[in-house]
Amino acid sequence: MSSRDYILGRVRWSLGRGAFERDSCQQLEARLNTPQSNLIPKRGQGDAKAQLSLFVKMATEVNATVSRLKALENVPKAVAKYLKEQELDATVRLADHPELQKLDWSKLDASTGFSTGDDLVGVVMAYAGAAETGSLALRSGADSPTTLNFLPDYHIVVLKAADLVGDYEAVYARLRRESNKTDFMPRTLSWVTGPSRTADIEQTLLLGAHGPRKLHILVIEDNGEAS
Amino acid sequence: MKLNAHNFKENAAKALKDEDLQASLAKLGTGFPLKRLAAAARLPEFEALRDQARDIKDHTLRHLDFYLEKFECKVQETGGHVHWARDIEDGRKIVYDICESVGAKTVTKGKSMIGEEMAINEYLEEKGLIPVETDLGEYIIQLRNEPPSHIIAPAIHLRKSHVEEAFRKTHTELPPERNLDEPEDLLKEARAMLRKKFIAADVGITGANFMIAETGSTVIVTNEGNGDLTQTLPRVHIVLCSIEKMVPNLEDCATLLRVLARSATGQEQSVYTTFSTGPKQMDDPDGPDQFHVVILDNGRSRMLGHDTHDMLRCIRCSACINHCPVYQSVGGHAYGSIYPGPMGSVLTPAIYGLEQSCDLPNASTMCGKCEEVCPVRIPIPQMLRSWREKQWEDGPVPILQRLAMSVWAFWAVRPKAYHFGAKIKMRLLGLLGRKNGHFKSLLFSKAWTKSRDFPAPEGKTFQQLWSEKGGRRS
Amino acid sequence: MSGEEKNVGLFVTCLVDLFRPTVAFAAVKLMSEAGCSICVPERQTCCGQPAFNSGDRHDARKMAEMVIEEFEKFDYVVAPSGSCAAMIKKHYPELFSDQADWHKRALDLSRKTYELMSFLTDVLDVKEVETTLNRKVTYHDSCSGLRELGIKDQPRTLMNAVEGLDLVEGENAERCCGFGGTFCLKYSDISTRIADDKCDDILKTEADMVLGGDLGCLMNIAGRLTRRGETVEVRHVAEVLAGMCDDVAPISRKG
Repeated sequence: MSSRDYILGRVRWSLGRGAFERDSCQQLEARLNTPQSNLIPKRGQGDAKAQLSLFVKMATEVNATVSRLKALENVPKAVAKYLKEQELDATVRLADHPELQKLDWSKLDASTGFSTGDDLVGVVMAYAGAAETGSLALRSGADSPTTLNFLPDYHIVVLKAADLVGDYEAVYARLRRESNKTDFMPRTLSWVTGPSRTADIEQTLLLGAHGPRKLHILVIEDNGEAS
Repeated sequence: MKLNAHNFKENAAKALKDEDLQASLAKLGTGFPLKRLAAAARLPEFEALRDQARDIKDHTLRHLDFYLEKFECKVQETGGHVHWARDIEDGRKIVYDICESVGAKTVTKGKSMIGEEMAINEYLEEKGLIPVETDLGEYIIQLRNEPPSHIIAPAIHLRKSHVEEAFRKTHTELPPERNLDEPEDLLKEARAMLRKKFIAADVGITGANFMIAETGSTVIVTNEGNGDLTQTLPRVHIVLCSIEKMVPNLEDCATLLRVLARSATGQEQSVYTTFSTGPKQMDDPDGPDQFHVVILDNGRSRMLGHDTHDMLRCIRCSACINHCPVYQSVGGHAYGSIYPGPMGSVLTPAIYGLEQSCDLPNASTMCGKCEEVCPVRIPIPQMLRSWREKQWEDGPVPILQRLAMSVWAFWAVRPKAYHFGAKIKMRLLGLLGRKNGHFKSLLFSKAWTKSRDFPAPEGKTFQQLWSEKGGRRS
Repeated sequence: MSGEEKNVGLFVTCLVDLFRPTVAFAAVKLMSEAGCSICVPERQTCCGQPAFNSGDRHDARKMAEMVIEEFEKFDYVVAPSGSCAAMIKKHYPELFSDQADWHKRALDLSRKTYELMSFLTDVLDVKEVETTLNRKVTYHDSCSGLRELGIKDQPRTLMNAVEGLDLVEGENAERCCGFGGTFCLKYSDISTRIADDKCDDILKTEADMVLGGDLGCLMNIAGRLTRRGETVEVRHVAEVLAGMCDDVAPISRKG
């Protein structure tokens, strides 16, 4: 007998012994294919303004820094300013994202693509943000390499306020909505809540364990549609 | 790892005298619990979320066969592979075969309790591979060649001087005069050393906090980002998980995530929660070419529908461990199992057998704190008791203990004789103890009087006095 | 109080019967003053918890059967102990889950069983106690009472009604004292270590008296405190509420 059959057989046998009430296959299929949200905390359910201020508050609490920008066009300037404050060279690695690529990066030494570990600063677009815990949703794809989220020391993430939602469930709903196939998940979907940290040595909290030491979020308040 | 649970008493005695350990435990006892309390207080829905988290896991376990098959199907649809491992041997072999098939030499590892259960590092090393733990705590204990002492803070028993010592011994290519006084210095060195390993690795092995049947995704929750580097950089990503890590939908996972970090470290959310679905997709600039999920049973299917069924709801947050007065006193190594504390005392006998670990279900005051803080409301004391019952029925119980209980029970159901005997004994004890109000030592009660005075009785029993007073009897 | 006198069966508990009868007399006094008629069946010894927690279901059942037979005739059953009351209230039904007739009788008994503090406040609605104690007091919440029966506010309500009593809370009032029934004998060293934490927490409050609702915990705490040479007094809360502190020396101390 294969291990697969052995395990599934054991599971069925044990469940039978437990005499549990079982839902019908139809009920189970329905539960699986039309996902329902469970209880969603109220805290993220305010209007757009409340969500933004909650997001900023929660992200800041976990040691991220946040700048609010009027327009997407201001991103390169804001990045340059941040690098200067951090006393870094003006060198950045950009995700190959159309909205980032159309910006004027001429004042910085900017290159594009995934990271192999030699980049100090990565700039990426967030897929979404969830106000309830100040978390960013970052998805892998041609326009969004995962390595840029974890290898550079400085993680700069651009989040359009229009992509900010109250809770995680809203992001899953959007993923399903935007995909026309059943495999709507990207290879990697990461929720990022603050910069990397560890407390493994004497329970002392230290930032920048293996991932980024700093997380800087640029929130674009007018969604970049006009400036 | 090799189980060392039968030495619990000796291990515990040693732990109680270990000053470094006691200092670490004192910090743990005030750290995590207070943070959990604050996080729970901040979220008005926390208790309701715990109820739902329990119900989600209950539902999933009741239909585990259905969800396992759905999950398998979805992983395959998204280009990944599912491997079934009935026991540790099975699991190790699967992992090694995958490594061998791609000619792997070095392997990075994210934190995985299933990896610990399989002792996968040991096995891969025997086979000539070089596995490197990348979670900082796991890395430290790997260098020291010891098991974890806590399921989410594996090196919690160590002081920084231990870490320094391990680094100086291992990182011999670095200048010996370098400064490693502070945790910051140690982290900096570990980060630099491990960065090279991440980039060089052929295979990355991670655990999984959840499997999602709907999407065929596995989920890891970390704070360091090591898990993400482990699963993104190498060509092959292997996920080690066990059958009960299943949840139906992303929404169910969201609910569990809302109680996981808050219960564990008191964080609102861990820093990185990453869903992996299949290997890298067509346009992806990075990510692994292969995605393998190894699903381990190792005794769990036997727990379903049985006394310890509810234990399979466990999401490994460690709240029960952090709050347990016994764990806080002796630390994780005393338990001699990779799963310490209350959850471990239920799980270890189920996985390794009761004969090997019969102290564990008994080493609890049954104070119930574990159940009080469990995010999925597992009735841990009840399950510890069910192991004790099993042990009483057909397991090893010290003969004196069995005898003592039988004697007690014999008299207890014979009230007349009991009261008569009690009257005489208490009278005597009362007289003898009158001078001090207590006894410094007493025949047959060294276990008590070794460290505690034994309070003297008033002298007459209540039953005796009630009769003397002519109190109401019916 | 209104209506008829309540017919209460007092489950004395083995420790109170043997070591500290004053606690039972205090319970009788408090309940009688609140309009109850107290009966103490002679046919009672132990609730069976030590056997139950040791995994000895057979002996636990034998003891439980005796308690059910003897106490099911009362309107209420009250024990001056959270852990014995929880055994009857929570675990008896569990113990007979596979025996329909006994299960029903266990459930019926469960419904009318109370721990003393809970009975006084939740059922009898006692708010006043006529006694004075000019002491700084701290309270230890015993695990079973707290977590299995939800007893937290009840003893505090009553203690706060005692004139002159100054209640100071320990930071870890809810933490286990390390007693744990047979645990304290089987794992004596660990038990002592936990008891030391409890003693430290008590000393930090600078209270001169510790009260609690379970004699097992109190004997453990008192035994450790006197061994350490501390002078903090340990008593069952009922002794204080009934104004019976002068009748008996603190636990583990000479009169």
